Amino acid sequence: MAAHAHTVKRYRGLMDWLTTVDHKKIGILYLIAGGLFFLIGGLEAILIRIQLIKPMNNFVSADTFNELITMHGTTMIFLAAMPLLFALMNAVIPLQIGARDVAFPFLNALGFWTFFFGGLLLNISWFTGHVPDAGWTSYVPLASPTYSEGAGVDYYVLGLQIAGIGTLLGGINFMATIINMRAPGMSFMRMPMFTWTIFITSALIVFAFPVLTVGLVALMFDRLFFANFFETAAGGSGVLWEHIFWVFGHPEVYILILPAFGIISEVVSTFSRKRLFGYSSMVFATVLIAFLGFMVWAHHMFTTGLGPVANALFSIATMLIAVPTGIKIFNWLFTLWGGSIRFTAASLFGIGFIPTFVMGGVTGVMLASAPADYQYHDTYFVVAHFHYVIVGGLMFGIFAGMFYWWPKMFGRLLNETLGKITFFTFFIGFHLTFFVQHFLGLLGMPRRVWTYLDGQGLNGMNLISTIGAILMGIATIVMLINIAVTSLKRPNAANDPWEDGRTLEWSIPSPPPEYNFKQIPLVRGYDAWWKEKMEGKKAMTPAEPPGPIHMPSPSILPFFMSVGLFISGFGFIYDKLFLAIGGLAVTLICMLLRSVFDDHGFHIEEHEQEKGVTA
Amino acid sequence: MSTHQHAEGQLPHEPEKATLEGRNKILGFWLFLGAETALFGTLFSAFLALRHNIGDGPSPQHLFELPMVFAATMILLTSSLMSVFAVQAMHRHKVKEMVGWLIATIVLGLAFLGLEIYEFNTYVSEGHKMTTSAFSSSFYTLVGFHGAHVAFGVLWIGLLILQIFKKGLTVVTAPKIYVSAIYWHFIDVVWVFIFTVVYLMGKVG
Amino acid sequence: MKRLLPLMAGMALVLSACGREDLSALNPQGPVARQQLELMKISIGIMSLVVLVVFTICIYVLIRYRRRKGDNSIPKQVEGNHKLEIIWTVIPIILLIILGVPTISTVFGLSKDYSNDPNALKVKVTAHQYWWEFEYPDLGITTAQELVVPTGKKIQFELTTADVKHSFWIPSIGGKMDNNDGLTNKMYLEFDKEGVYRGKCAELCGPSHSLMDFKAKAVDQASFDRWVAAIKAPVEMPKDEAVKAAFQNKCLTCHAIGETSTGSSAPNLTGIGSRLTVGGILYNDEAPVVDNLIKWITDPQKVKPGNMMPKAQDLELTDAELKGIAEYLANNKLEY
Repeated sequence: MAAHAHTVKRYRGLMDWLTTVDHKKIGILYLIAGGLFFLIGGLEAILIRIQLIKPMNNFVSADTFNELITMHGTTMIFLAAMPLLFALMNAVIPLQIGARDVAFPFLNALGFWTFFFGGLLLNISWFTGHVPDAGWTSYVPLASPTYSEGAGVDYYVLGLQIAGIGTLLGGINFMATIINMRAPGMSFMRMPMFTWTIFITSALIVFAFPVLTVGLVALMFDRLFFANFFETAAGGSGVLWEHIFWVFGHPEVYILILPAFGIISEVVSTFSRKRLFGYSSMVFATVLIAFLGFMVWAHHMFTTGLGPVANALFSIATMLIAVPTGIKIFNWLFTLWGGSIRFTAASLFGIGFIPTFVMGGVTGVMLASAPADYQYHDTYFVVAHFHYVIVGGLMFGIFAGMFYWWPKMFGRLLNETLGKITFFTFFIGFHLTFFVQHFLGLLGMPRRVWTYLDGQGLNGMNLISTIGAILMGIATIVMLINIAVTSLKRPNAANDPWEDGRTLEWSIPSPPPEYNFKQIPLVRGYDAWWKEKMEGKKAMTPAEPPGPIHMPSPSILPFFMSVGLFISGFGFIYDKLFLAIGGLAVTLICMLLRSVFDDHGFHIEEHEQEKGVTA
Repeated sequence: MSTHQHAEGQLPHEPEKATLEGRNKILGFWLFLGAETALFGTLFSAFLALRHNIGDGPSPQHLFELPMVFAATMILLTSSLMSVFAVQAMHRHKVKEMVGWLIATIVLGLAFLGLEIYEFNTYVSEGHKMTTSAFSSSFYTLVGFHGAHVAFGVLWIGLLILQIFKKGLTVVTAPKIYVSAIYWHFIDVVWVFIFTVVYLMGKVG
Repeated sequence: MKRLLPLMAGMALVLSACGREDLSALNPQGPVARQQLELMKISIGIMSLVVLVVFTICIYVLIRYRRRKGDNSIPKQVEGNHKLEIIWTVIPIILLIILGVPTISTVFGLSKDYSNDPNALKVKVTAHQYWWEFEYPDLGITTAQELVVPTGKKIQFELTTADVKHSFWIPSIGGKMDNNDGLTNKMYLEFDKEGVYRGKCAELCGPSHSLMDFKAKAVDQASFDRWVAAIKAPVEMPKDEAVKAAFQNKCLTCHAIGETSTGSSAPNLTGIGSRLTVGGILYNDEAPVVDNLIKWITDPQKVKPGNMMPKAQDLELTDAELKGIAEYLANNKLEY
């Protein structure tokens, strides 16, 4: 075939990373960028807790405090949690379904770079002195041009808009990948649980993120072009913003937590050396949670005044989510039951997740009861609740996933001792920080308070909370040391370093070659790799003869397209129309180039491929 | 760069689905349209929530001129039909015919855009601006988003026509044509909703 | 089990009597907060049960099924168990029904509107950055920062805002409803005991959100009637001419005292000398009211960053005027 003749320029060093379309490298980029933003968000959290260590503290000013909480929330959700999930998705999903790459490698790179430049734009606000300060929810009128002068909220609007494009592209990409790229024999009901949760999460992204897009556009128009979406005086409605934000915002929390459910399912099953208990009900529960996730947004608005009928309906709908979630919890417990549980850093985070997440889940049900929520709403009780599910749930899941898949991503096992230190410090620090916050809320401490008066009975618990936060900071530092120490070691991880791997990613080298699978494997059942191992096989049965492997070419266009959006964002923020249009023009020209010049990719011939599927 | 010569001459009946890349593109595009549905759904919701709040501005009854909007609707519907013919021609591998239909598609698209620009111009002169009221803001945002989609579609299909001239119909260009046709139909469907929800309901009150 | 007992006991202790009587949602002082606490107790009870079951299974499993050294056996690969799966689907549904029924009845119960009840007292609450305005439409009076209400009556609130969104919350009496821009909310509360209860703003509203406190003072009906009469009585202006001129030209342009209302862009000052706090957060039992007033007027931004009131310096108040105004206000007291 003539196409074999194509040669492609292959880059090295920095240029390689800027142009890569390889899902494994993009996963690493997401990990680095997400990790960086996680550190920034974490630093903001520590500053918040230091300010609250004692009553009437003046460590940071009231203005700075509001900037810190806004940036902490926004950064952690959009720029840390989601990218870290995307890191694991990218690193693992194509391997788990037996594919050589994602459906759209180019879009995958574009998704990363738009996320990255969106996040950069948001965080540059710290250096320009105009920082978003209306909370991560940016409720109007506080975020409206009347009450939020200066460019602060503009950074929020445009930064999230650009980062959101990246997320949406990722969602579409992974949905298409999972539908179209599965290896022969891998039916939907043979997909690993992590793949299932990413599939559903991607569907949630596809339908939830455009809602945010519209909300941000409306807020941007109000702020920059004097539109009246949320201006009550001209007929707009602030409650409309709340609806739009939470119609997106509630599915968003399931976008975050479902992948964690998937990671936990893999980790628990692997380290108890046992098949996931109740696989089909797990799949069913995941789908049901996602479905219900779209019907419950107004439980964030019980005190907005939607009336008793709406409050009652949304109360009941919210409570219903507890049922599929409960199914999952018990399925994990019964996966462990009768297993042979090995304690590693990954499995500790996985097992620590279960009780911690249950505590976050039950407070969720408590919050669902509208009349009781009138007391909880916008207090530290809510802060405790969502940190239990997002840190205790999602972050534990991400830590578990990082320890678990690190050898697959980098070919080196993280240090177990340091890993266990990280776990125990983080676990204890986490519960110290957030358990007492439930009571702070019930004792009358509203959330997002810069300070509190002395003598209200809140001092002791706030001190405990701050100590806990510092412990979590220490745990993170230990994790960084672990990563540094590990990266100095020689790569030595086996294909299946945990020895009990069950899914396809453990059947190939760590890290996998560029093309993942020399021959696409034939999947003969759920837990495909485990099944082969149990039958005494050393490798997967190939589904195709060996041959040259077609690969997509690297491209710098995604990088420049995102730079274009970044410049354009700046132009909009500072009313420089030529910059705004110029930036968009850069992006559009890149799109044009992409369309006009076909990417023929290149082939890796058989003699260039490393030996054997399992090497 | 040379084209995929090996594909020519033996082009299958549905060249857009001949390769995995083509199938991915089509599936991915349907998913993208799913996202677009959520996008327009939200824009419609915002419009429905705010459409009665006209402030000091003119009312929709006073503003809208149904005959012109109806003409625009017909133009866009016909344009959508042209792109159906284009895809049918593509399936019969009649490249010239296909290009002809595609040109008809974008010419009608441009006519629609012209009418819309004229319409917006008239509204602004009657005191119905972006900043007038919540109704006007949500109106311009919803209809303007649609208009921007039409404009993008015209540019995109125009670019594809040039590519067909240069590269011919291949398993690489065919999915692009097919996908742009789905896009065009989608925009048409959205317009039917806009015509009903914004204009007809606006006229009724 | 044993490990959890102290935890449970601790929880019970915490729940039974925790927090200040005037601030804690766990220490309710009115029927609304009590109903809400009842619901919390039901939900905490159910949820503690769930947590207990999960913790017990979890700890048992981790100990019983930990991998011993050198154990290379392969556990039985169980696919699932329909009976078990049905059990842990049905039991949560039953638990949720137990919680759902009282939830719905309380939702409707607490949404009752007493606006047309002649025995209820109507109060219109307007939130401002960062203070609270209380208007009694049927009595024709307005006050700020300190809500005075009679005990034993339904108080029907109407909640709005003058600027951004706020949220009106008196934890130990009942909570909470938002003061929206453009959507007026209604909520009733009831105070059965005399006392002063702390109120808070619960929705992020700007830099001084955390300092936007108010007091709700519940007094008996006779005392309340005296308060109404006192607040309606005419107010004398400062005796010193210079102080009077400064007060009228520099304070009353925004504030109002007695009948001299010029609008409500700033808190009404009538009876400020007998309030418990200055600015909602400077307690007059911790420092004399005059000192608190001087502190506040000298530099309001230092006490509540971002509020609308200019510094004394910017108002060009002399020290003598400042002191005169503070003393005048401190002596502006209501007897009730």
